[in-house]
Amino acid sequence: MDFQLDEDIQFLKNNIRNFVENEVEKVAMQIEKEDKIPERTIEMAKEMGLFGLSIPEEYGGLGIGMVGKCALYEELGKTHNGFTTLIGAHTGIGTVGIVELGNEEQKQKYLPDMASGKKIGAFALTEPEAGSNAANLKTTAVKNGDKYTLNGTKHYITNATEADVFTVMAVTDSSKGAKGITSFIVEKDFPGFQVGAIEEKMGLKGSHSAELILEDCEVPEENVLGEVGKGYVNALKILTNGRAGLAARNLGSCQKLLDMSMEYAQERKQFGVPIIEHQAVAHMIAEIGVETEALRSFTYRVAWMVDQGEKLIKEAAMLKLYGSEVYNRVADKALQIHGGVGYISDYPIERYFRDARITRIYEGTSEIQKNIIAGQLRKEYS
Amino acid sequence: MLEGERILMIIYVILKRTFDTEEKIVIQNGKISDDGAEFIINPYDEFAVEEAILLRDKHGGEVTVVSVGDEDNEKELRTALAMGADNAILINNEEVEEKDQHTTASILAAFFEDKAYDLILGGNVSNDNSTGQVGPRLAEQLNIPCVTTITDIEIEGDMVTVVRDAEGDTEILKTSIPLLATAQQGLNEPRYPSLPGIMKAKRKPLEEIDYDELGIDEDDIESLTETVTVFLPPEKQAGKILQGEAADQVKELVTCLHKETKVI
Repeated sequence: MDFQLDEDIQFLKNNIRNFVENEVEKVAMQIEKEDKIPERTIEMAKEMGLFGLSIPEEYGGLGIGMVGKCALYEELGKTHNGFTTLIGAHTGIGTVGIVELGNEEQKQKYLPDMASGKKIGAFALTEPEAGSNAANLKTTAVKNGDKYTLNGTKHYITNATEADVFTVMAVTDSSKGAKGITSFIVEKDFPGFQVGAIEEKMGLKGSHSAELILEDCEVPEENVLGEVGKGYVNALKILTNGRAGLAARNLGSCQKLLDMSMEYAQERKQFGVPIIEHQAVAHMIAEIGVETEALRSFTYRVAWMVDQGEKLIKEAAMLKLYGSEVYNRVADKALQIHGGVGYISDYPIERYFRDARITRIYEGTSEIQKNIIAGQLRKEYS
Repeated sequence: MLEGERILMIIYVILKRTFDTEEKIVIQNGKISDDGAEFIINPYDEFAVEEAILLRDKHGGEVTVVSVGDEDNEKELRTALAMGADNAILINNEEVEEKDQHTTASILAAFFEDKAYDLILGGNVSNDNSTGQVGPRLAEQLNIPCVTTITDIEIEGDMVTVVRDAEGDTEILKTSIPLLATAQQGLNEPRYPSLPGIMKAKRKPLEEIDYDELGIDEDDIESLTETVTVFLPPEKQAGKILQGEAADQVKELVTCLHKETKVI
């Protein structure tokens, strides 16, 4: 058992750390206030190759495994979560579908531009009536000659306003339930495709979620992603493998909160001593430390399983659940340690507190993860 | 060098591994301790690497980074390769006991003796010793023109136009290649190595040679300077706030300046 990161990955990680500390942190407050990531920051991220994290080298990406990706996501998690989400949603659920399920032509057509960031990716599953019950999709895809015609509405689609390429799930055969769903690659310029209203959110400023309206949207047959009728399985696969990456981003945020809490608790004095001298504060710090470290071990273990090609439905769900819950507990304790300062918007703590909250909801709620875990355990013990 | 109408430039960058600018300096047994310290490419040398890459991309040619030091310098050389340099050479001088700027410049001069080059770029100073000597000493030994603290460089054929920062004033010089120039802040904004660039850098050549393979004798390159003592600057004292009537404060201030700080 080896817990050491490869030298190359360490090198990549250090470079992302420099970029995050020098370029993203300095605009974090601006992103929060303007709900917009500066163009220059996005351009620099593209030049660095951050948009190609999940894409194989032959298509212009980085060509690294999940352990490596998680090491890099951990660094990205240490800054504004809106920025992290733009990159994370693109490199995760936005591109992974084409990487894992696309045929050679689709990969050649889309991946090089997605690796360079020229084209941004998004994943469109959720609908007003299909959230946790993902199989209850209402968007339909009807075949007409060599085209499919898509009709329906998606909502809460991360990167919707920025994206050029969407992985869209739609029902091709309503008589077959979950087995009648198919995945499509839909470009924003396809006729009948429209981005609707941007949702005002509690956090994740700078990352935009919006509605997609598909009105007689014409999608060529060659844009079916994977097999017809395998869309639901595809969606679960894309989400499952993305879970290690999401946990790694949460891990980075937990580490950042630990760093900030340690700095503050050693500097801030009350009753004549730094507040870390007070046992109540010291214990909160200890709890943040333990949970962050446990999340780190778990994240890299699941990432390693992804790289080994192991079956990991249960472990991925456990990690999604644990990573999101830990991030929320850590953010809450970090805010408590910071006291009034933690509640003020001029400091980043309350931002992490708000941004943490969505992690228990998106990409499968904590409750759905528990259902998956319990279901898998019941299978194991039956 | 001309190849048809296209200028192909052979560019070398001399590069030093230095303390990260944010490191705290600790003195142990009369020397600066590097225990656990983070190292980086000297920031002024980073400007030189960036400029070399820009010039290569404009005129064609090749960029080679050269560093004198020990195996640890590989990390900084790899960073330069990841930024876009084509080759890297590490000249190991670990065995030389007493080293200074004369040592480094002499090793580099021996290295360049049989090399063809159009341009050698370096940093104006290093952020550790800040002597600014290696570049000019090397140019002197190679008998080529040298311009320090450059903020812009244009090359047309063999002619080079250089803008230099002359302690706040701007000087524009015309010179010719081969040339050695040292970079000042403002020359450019160094890029972050791209992630694919880092992966590609693994496959780029990084050659290591020992200084004595260059046909030089330790006695000839040993330090010409002697470090007598190393000390940290005195800690900044807390300021003093004068109290009372304005007239009394002025009186006290004059007394302080006269007796305590002795500036008047």
